[in-house]
Amino acid sequence: MAKYAFFLGCIAPLRYPGIEKSTREVCKALGIELVELKDASCCPAPGVIKSFSKATWLAAAARNLALAEKEGLDIITVCNGCYGSLFEAAHELHEDKKMLADVNKILADIGLEYKGGTKVRHFAEVLYKEVGLDAIKAAIKKPLGYKVATFYGCHFLKPSSIKNLDNAENPKMLDELVTVTGAESMPRQQKLMCCGAGGGLRSQFGETAMKFTKENLNNMKASGAEMIVDVCPFCHLQFDAGQKELGFGFPVLHLSQLYGVAMGMDAKDLGLNVHVTPVKL
Amino acid sequence: MVTPAPEFTEEIAANGGASLMLCFQCGTCTASCPSGKFTAYRTRKLMRAAQLGLKDDTINSEDLWQCTTCYTCSERCPRDVQIVDVVTALRNIAVANGKLYEGHKKVAANLIKVGHTVDNNDKIKALRKELGLPENPPTVMDNAAAKADFDKILNATGFNKLVS
Repeated sequence: MAKYAFFLGCIAPLRYPGIEKSTREVCKALGIELVELKDASCCPAPGVIKSFSKATWLAAAARNLALAEKEGLDIITVCNGCYGSLFEAAHELHEDKKMLADVNKILADIGLEYKGGTKVRHFAEVLYKEVGLDAIKAAIKKPLGYKVATFYGCHFLKPSSIKNLDNAENPKMLDELVTVTGAESMPRQQKLMCCGAGGGLRSQFGETAMKFTKENLNNMKASGAEMIVDVCPFCHLQFDAGQKELGFGFPVLHLSQLYGVAMGMDAKDLGLNVHVTPVKL
Repeated sequence: MVTPAPEFTEEIAANGGASLMLCFQCGTCTASCPSGKFTAYRTRKLMRAAQLGLKDDTINSEDLWQCTTCYTCSERCPRDVQIVDVVTALRNIAVANGKLYEGHKKVAANLIKVGHTVDNNDKIKALRKELGLPENPPTVMDNAAAKADFDKILNATGFNKLVS
């Protein structure tokens, strides 16, 4: 059984705990063991905290990486932001020995050392690459017929030069992960456009963030999609909460929640009942 | 007429934005930028101003904070300029010079208070309980000793002073 340290981050456990819950259940059903990464913190967020202080961002990320390394486990996360920060910090610390030595001087003060061995994985790519579409298909109990707008977000595939997961301009991974449930992925304009939340826009320039969101929602509507499926709690928040004032009503599901539904789990156990935009399936 | 200030360009490089100097001003970044559709932010112009070392024009501009770090520009840059890294470097310098917006201060304050960018609340605690999850996630939020370790990291890297 594949085993990972489950990195929770902020938005999933503290705004959409249904995403956390469905991830735990879906992983269990697919033979992935999740071990609590106790005492972890914010990743820290790539758009805000890294914009304020790269030094803080790097040292705090290194602490999270070191906690997983101490357990001898690689990290799994359901959030593009956490994936982006932890993957990029691990990459930089792996490539730059001086940077690693400097960070370890800080970690030494709290009794930790990061040797540079933690791999950082995103839930969606673990499912795609390690579990595989055939095994996922075999676990589907209730094939779904929804027309879906897949939303990759930005920090899942990019920067593609270090992540190398899929074609960043024309990816297939999430579409295949969604259509394996029987759902249809609807092609649309500007499919890879940012949701608008990142980089500190949602927290300071909310009106601009909403312009991104609205353009995405218009394109989704024109495509005939009836549901949004994302792989990031922050994009999830931006669409679920943001669309209300824009007059849209798409059910917004994280991939883990879509799989929970397809595997026959109860909507209430997946936390779908607490979304800002009601999820009627 | 502007006078180039190479010392500021060196400061950007020291903050992780060294690839800036590879930029030959083709404008692919501006054409690719979703934020540029809605705001006055012009990525190519920011890169040019940074190359010339125009400190005040770059770090005091609201445009600097219109980037969502979506990486579309970096992906398409024919010179492999790590544009998001340059933006991050400029933002770090701006914050070090006291330019931090109120909305961003709140996010930073949450990180200092609970170790996360958002805090827990009664509604979420009830929901977590209903889902069979502990009221607080088992993170720094739920362990004072771990939070004290996290605080040491914030202090060692000067975060509290920087964002206060």
